[in-house]
Amino acid sequence: MSRRGTIFALVLAAVGLVLPWFLYPVLAIDVVCFALFAVSLDLLFGYVGLLSFGQALFWGGGGYLTAIVLSRTHVDASIAIVAGVLYAIVLAAIVGAIAVRRAGIYFAMITLGVAQIQYFTAFQLTPITGGENGLNLGSRGTLFGIPMENDRVFYYIAFALIVAGVWFAMRVVGSPFGRVLQAMRENEQRTIALGYRVNRYKLAVFVIAGGLAGFAGALNAIGNHLAGLEMVDWHTSGAVVMMTVLGGIGTIVGPIVGAGVFELLDYFVSKTRIGEETNMVMGFVFALCVLLFRRGIVGSFLTRHTSRAKS
Amino acid sequence: MASGAFYALLALGLSVIFGMLRIVNFAHGTMYMLGAFATYYGASLLHLPFYAALIIAPIVVGLFGVVLETTLLSRLYGLDPIYNLLLTFALVLIIEDVMRLIAGPLGSPYTTPAGLDGLTNLGFTMYPTYRLFVIVVAVVTCGAAWWVVERTPVGARIRAATENPGLVRALGIDVKRLVTVTFGVGVALAALAGVLAAPTTNVQPSMGDSVIIYTFAIVVIGGLGSIVGSILAGFALGLLQTLGAVVFPPISTTLIFIVMVIVIIFRPAGLFGRPETAR
Repeated sequence: MSRRGTIFALVLAAVGLVLPWFLYPVLAIDVVCFALFAVSLDLLFGYVGLLSFGQALFWGGGGYLTAIVLSRTHVDASIAIVAGVLYAIVLAAIVGAIAVRRAGIYFAMITLGVAQIQYFTAFQLTPITGGENGLNLGSRGTLFGIPMENDRVFYYIAFALIVAGVWFAMRVVGSPFGRVLQAMRENEQRTIALGYRVNRYKLAVFVIAGGLAGFAGALNAIGNHLAGLEMVDWHTSGAVVMMTVLGGIGTIVGPIVGAGVFELLDYFVSKTRIGEETNMVMGFVFALCVLLFRRGIVGSFLTRHTSRAKS
Repeated sequence: MASGAFYALLALGLSVIFGMLRIVNFAHGTMYMLGAFATYYGASLLHLPFYAALIIAPIVVGLFGVVLETTLLSRLYGLDPIYNLLLTFALVLIIEDVMRLIAGPLGSPYTTPAGLDGLTNLGFTMYPTYRLFVIVVAVVTCGAAWWVVERTPVGARIRAATENPGLVRALGIDVKRLVTVTFGVGVALAALAGVLAAPTTNVQPSMGDSVIIYTFAIVVIGGLGSIVGSILAGFALGLLQTLGAVVFPPISTTLIFIVMVIVIIFRPAGLFGRPETAR
């Protein structure tokens, strides 16, 4: 990570610390959860070039399983979250083993299709998942004995956990493992020629990304007192892709900014006369982004600066 | 079987577009929805009979596709095809919400055209006449598309331009126009499926949503870019889905995706796809 990237990350952390005092706290919770969700996608799309269009599989899977455990057992939330993350990891290992056989557009279509299996299962398995209504949590319960019912208290707990998740993602990217991922993105044939078993690397990063998405989803479900169908819907997979690209792929900090911008824009547009049809505005912004500034918000900023520094 | 007809038409259009442009049109389901709405509004505002809509609606939506291709999609050629997937995804969100503002989120019914309601005796069973009509139209259209691409000079140019656009351009053929026309035809096929679907389902803005993902799975199964594969996979999976619904109803929504997973495990390139080195 460049020095400028590090400064960016610190600024974002500072913004995160004061966020629930400027925003409706539950919206702030959504922002930070989606930030980690988008970072998980960036690991795949930005660093390996694999566009997962079914990332809601893990986000929603983690969210649902955590909610199921919490609503049925009343254990400490830490156990429920671990269960949710483990479920997401197992799912990612299975789906990844299938999906990494193809790249590019096929990878996107396969992940999208597989995610629909879970969507319809969640929709139809009403006794366990609540079907159309989703699973409501009466209370957030406690994490390591700390009660989390207060929105701001929960925000800071989630924020701390998410900072840890983002830090982990940054470590992955900066590690020798992360270098191999970027080598695969730049030139897969050459990476194979160098003796790397690229499919194993792809599977490994797919599992890491799935676990992080599951973790973010688990926190989001607790934060909203709800694991609903929206969490496993393909529109959510699409939304996280939009956040990631909007912020700037391959930058880690970009998707965090993207998630914030996306969630806030969505929230404020829904308050205007356009009302429910916020997708129209989000789609328009995203289309502009794809057509005009594919590096995204942070990406454009980082590159412009490096090129200026070079000249 | 009738659902197989819709899938076959949609998968065919998607494959035709992919074969030529190397892009996956996420907005394919949206074009299907627009085809249905064109039929609905054609009838309610212009008193357009169904048989006229069958011709006019695909042309109108196809022209809309041509506009999208020339003004937007063509800007991203030469980049990773994933960017066009993202752009067409944005179009899904925009067009669907615009339709929601115009038509409202709830559906509008479209009555089965006169002469096609009722049942037909097939000898061994009574079958709804309209569904029979849908199957016949789809089979004829798919057959015609296959014939055009595989057996005519125009089809030869399309196939050549797919293999090597640079060389075809050097032979004096306007590849750019060929691409635009192919995209328009692919979109028109999706719209035709939408016209045919109008009497069988509620015409509503989100009707393309679930259809597009099934179509994606079907072209992955059939082999993306393979015209024969897409048509056969479309019909076969429509049939399988119907049978699945009879045997064990909850599985009908996921069966296609399960088949997709099995196919990828054993034949990653799809049933009729050529194993390729490029993505």
